[in-house]
Amino acid sequence: MQIYLPIADLPVNIFLILGMGLAVGFISGMFGIGGGFLMTPLLIFVGIAPAVVVASVASHVAASSMSGAMAYWRRNAVDLALALMLLAGGILGTAAGVWLFTLLRSLDQLDLAIALSYVALLTVVGGLMINESVRAIIREQKGQPVTPRRAGAHTWVHGLPLKMRFKRSKIYVSAIPVWTIGFIIGFFGALMGIGGGFLLVPMLIYFLRVPTATVIGTSMVLTLITMASATVMHASTNHLVDAVLALILMIGGVVGAQFGARAGQNMRGERLRLLLGLLVFAVGLRFAYQVIVQPGDLYSIRLIGGM
Amino acid sequence: MRCHITAFAVLIAVSVFGAQPAAAEKLIVSISRHQVLVTSSFTGTSIVLFGTVEPDTPTFRMRNAYDIVVTVTGPRQTLVTRRKERMFGIWANAASRTFVNVPSYLHIMANRPFDQIANTDTLRRLQGGIDYFQLPQQIGTDVADTVREDPFRVNFVRLKTEQQLYGQWPNGVTFLTPTLFRAEIRLPAEAPFGNYDADVKLFGGGNMIVRVNSAFEVVKFGFEQFVANAARDYGLLYGIATVMMALATGWFASVVFRRD
Repeated sequence: MQIYLPIADLPVNIFLILGMGLAVGFISGMFGIGGGFLMTPLLIFVGIAPAVVVASVASHVAASSMSGAMAYWRRNAVDLALALMLLAGGILGTAAGVWLFTLLRSLDQLDLAIALSYVALLTVVGGLMINESVRAIIREQKGQPVTPRRAGAHTWVHGLPLKMRFKRSKIYVSAIPVWTIGFIIGFFGALMGIGGGFLLVPMLIYFLRVPTATVIGTSMVLTLITMASATVMHASTNHLVDAVLALILMIGGVVGAQFGARAGQNMRGERLRLLLGLLVFAVGLRFAYQVIVQPGDLYSIRLIGGM
Repeated sequence: MRCHITAFAVLIAVSVFGAQPAAAEKLIVSISRHQVLVTSSFTGTSIVLFGTVEPDTPTFRMRNAYDIVVTVTGPRQTLVTRRKERMFGIWANAASRTFVNVPSYLHIMANRPFDQIANTDTLRRLQGGIDYFQLPQQIGTDVADTVREDPFRVNFVRLKTEQQLYGQWPNGVTFLTPTLFRAEIRLPAEAPFGNYDADVKLFGGGNMIVRVNSAFEVVKFGFEQFVANAARDYGLLYGIATVMMALATGWFASVVFRRD
């Protein structure tokens, strides 16, 4: 069944979009991430303008984070103080991301910038995840015990000033890295149409030593707020949020996530991380292919002034 | 421009029928629909243009054969055409040209190949065929049409043709009798909204005898139009409404699928 997307200005098959929402929702539920980094590329490859995709996926990620965040909230697994501190940086980052998005769009280099950001970010993060999880699997098979993190272990991050105590996560860290991480997530989220959960969770664990009990819930609350504000900012500056597209994605996404979450419970942590790493890396390679190989059509037309 | 053409047409008419300038052919055309409503299920449509050639005065002797060229133009737009080039191993948008005030939709139809209807000079002057249609580009501070082999022009027309927004149909006009004709105007799903102009030219013996204009309108209708308007005119409210929708969907899912 064809449906006309009013902002993307093109007819699409409703079941294709719904199916993509379900598939990405399944993966996002399985790994506890928003899934924006998969949804955005899929929609771009289907032929929807990258600018519209990035703006619309933001609201889709907001919906899936909302359902996730509520589940974690009920389990008391959200560090609200930490989320709000991250958010202080996150809102600034989102505004900066939307600003750069608008600028690149006017220079006609937005599509390329999105593709290159995906290549850089996804291949690096995917590579690190694969490396880390393969080591963990090898260690486990050799029977070596995983060296547990010592409670008092400090890194250079802990030497920074402006220290704050986050009771629920039981950490005492400087506000500077918290703001910085929030800014980075908000920035890439707005520019690339990703919630950034797959970046935020490792960053919170490695740099801030946030315990696993609160890390995903906190990450989801942050993602929810940054993606909700990115939607509003994209809608008011670039007028590119396609509500019809977003609604179809959301419905597929939240349903798929429920099944994914059940599937994820039956898998080992390292295996899950290895799979996610491979997936992230593959999407990065797909974008690299797109910018390196000569495109089928060298010419393109765009209406100037308005959409 | 139009004024020149009209003046020229009069000149031709005078020169061809110099002996009896008052008597000539009359062209009467009618369009099947003057308004096309575009809804969510719109996948393109076609409207029909009918026309007849009649003598101005009963005593006027008609020709044996006439030719018709129908030019349909959509709302004018300014568009950028870009070419990707390889820079540092990656393909990026490099050179670009701006097409100023060109028709968003351009279909030219005739009853036989354009070069059989009139000679090149006449076709160029009357913009008979896409090759001769004026597509002005911004070149520095000047706005001018280029040669038709210009790569930007060629690819602009090609992309527009692929979208079915541009097209020429040398057999798009059918003569039902020697003086009665019909032409089908094809509107694709992506036809832009606004006013369309149909310009019908009557040719005889390689020269234009008379031209008449008709018009129709393509109107976006229903829910899509409402959403598109809201997004454009009330960006902030639209964004907030979208977020509310997202939160409601997420909340609803977490309630429906609650496991704890």
